[in-house]
Amino acid sequence: MKHGRWRFLLAALVPALVLHVVFVLSPYAQAFYLSLTDWTGVAGEAHFVGTDNFARLGGDSLFLDAVRNNAVMLVVVPVVTIAIALFLASMLNGRRPVRGASAYQIVYFFPQMLSLVIIGVLWAFVYSPNNGLLNSGLRAAGLSSLTQSWLGEPSWALIAVMAVVIWSSVGFYVVLFSAAIDGIPRELFEAATLDGAGRWATFRGVTLPLVRESVQVAFVYLGIVALDGFVLVQVMTVGPGGPDGATEVVGLSLYRTAFTYGKFGYATAMGVALFFATLTLAVFALRWGRRNQVEMA
Amino acid sequence: MTALMQRPPVRVSDAAPPVSRPNPLPHLAMLAWAVVTALPLIWAVMSSLKTDEEILNHPWSPPASPQFENWARAWTTASIGRYFFNSLIVVGGALLLTMLLGSLVAYAVARYQFRGNRLVYYTFVAAMFFPVFLALVPLFFVVRQLGLLGTYPGLILVYTAYAVPFTVFFLHSFFRTLPTEVAEAAFLDGCSHGAVFFRVMLPLARPGLVAVGVFNFLGLWNQYLLPLVLNPDPDRYVLAQGLAALSVSQGYDSDWSGLFAGLTIAMLPVLVAYVAFQRHIRAGMTAGAVR
Repeated sequence: MKHGRWRFLLAALVPALVLHVVFVLSPYAQAFYLSLTDWTGVAGEAHFVGTDNFARLGGDSLFLDAVRNNAVMLVVVPVVTIAIALFLASMLNGRRPVRGASAYQIVYFFPQMLSLVIIGVLWAFVYSPNNGLLNSGLRAAGLSSLTQSWLGEPSWALIAVMAVVIWSSVGFYVVLFSAAIDGIPRELFEAATLDGAGRWATFRGVTLPLVRESVQVAFVYLGIVALDGFVLVQVMTVGPGGPDGATEVVGLSLYRTAFTYGKFGYATAMGVALFFATLTLAVFALRWGRRNQVEMA
Repeated sequence: MTALMQRPPVRVSDAAPPVSRPNPLPHLAMLAWAVVTALPLIWAVMSSLKTDEEILNHPWSPPASPQFENWARAWTTASIGRYFFNSLIVVGGALLLTMLLGSLVAYAVARYQFRGNRLVYYTFVAAMFFPVFLALVPLFFVVRQLGLLGTYPGLILVYTAYAVPFTVFFLHSFFRTLPTEVAEAAFLDGCSHGAVFFRVMLPLARPGLVAVGVFNFLGLWNQYLLPLVLNPDPDRYVLAQGLAALSVSQGYDSDWSGLFAGLTIAMLPVLVAYVAFQRHIRAGMTAGAVR
């Protein structure tokens, strides 16, 4: 029996561990070393340059554009997405059941099923200046003055991209928050109604505090989404990343630096920077979560 | 019920409770978001049946006569069919391997006490917190050195390696909650460890396997970054890559209807499957976030 136990454990763990070490752990480990070299892809030609790559990042204006855009997305995308999703979820699961609530949930969740490439190609058409859905709709509604070259105007391009991120994310969080609101005992809503609380007061006083944990989860997930943005930008925008760096994101800079210019060491330094940004986000989220737990106790 | 709701409000007195006043705002807001969500999708399907001339000059009107040959052209000439089968092979292979390896590791770590148990678990789980971009450059060279660049096995192995950590994380807690009695009885009956896993524990874990399987399928089917870097051969493009490449090349050819048709072919099966299994799918997708 003892013998069979070890044989089973080895058979269960070793194949997965080998894959994990070769394709996941070793690349991550190598990345930290490579970021300190000037490697351009030729075997044995990596020179150790210390933190030179990171110093160069600070003066790389396109990379700084990317950092700025990711930072803007990090602030805007989670807040707007969560606000819309919370609003819709509390409407769907309010005090009075809404007819067709489950049909709405089905429709809202559609975009979550589609790959970001499909979404990007689709929205590039929606934004198309002459025959896109948006501009021709505005013209038909007599609002020609509002038509834009949405992805061609530096001041609009990032907003247009963020709108797509939000469009594709809201449905998932409506479902997530709906499940959380569903878990709130109905008596609490009834008590609030008896106390004469209106919709807003009920939302502030009952719903929001009790779905707080889901909202925190949503902030972390959307934060990770906002630090990425690569696929949509790569598929939708001019350049990609344009016009004039207006939609550049860190992932795109990394990809281009590595696989177009072959500056692998420098590109990996961008990856390390992105890793620390993600880590900071996670630490903040954990801290925030813990403090709120203490408050609740 | 409907008739009652829609009857004009009767003025009883000013003291009537405000609760009974129907508020149109919730319904309007929900309807508005449903339109915003569905309109671009419906528009794409509609455009896929139009001629190029109609697409350019009448973006909002339905096709005069549906052009199904757009779909045929996208499937064959624009190679959407080939990309579709490439995706099927790669995602199918990776999904099977991920579920097998992921459930084995999750089960072994959740149900067996051995030295290094925690180490194995956290080795896998920690990988979920690293951005894939960090690994991208070294991963490219690892795959190239193994001679797996642009091959099905290469993509399948890499997809699997990056899907296993979440699978282990999810199924680990699932195997923990399963009762021990059945497995013990099976051991007493002389079942081997492997037989207990495959014949007893896996069937018991079916709801969890379905949930994480749906999650993995969608994640792998929609993968773009990994094939973009690791799969440079246009003959082996997966669907996401093919569509992105198509949107560039069809732009030059101005074959808008063909591109909309390609988009629709990529979109419709997923949406139809979703409507059919929507309860399971939504549960599977959100379960990952709540756990």
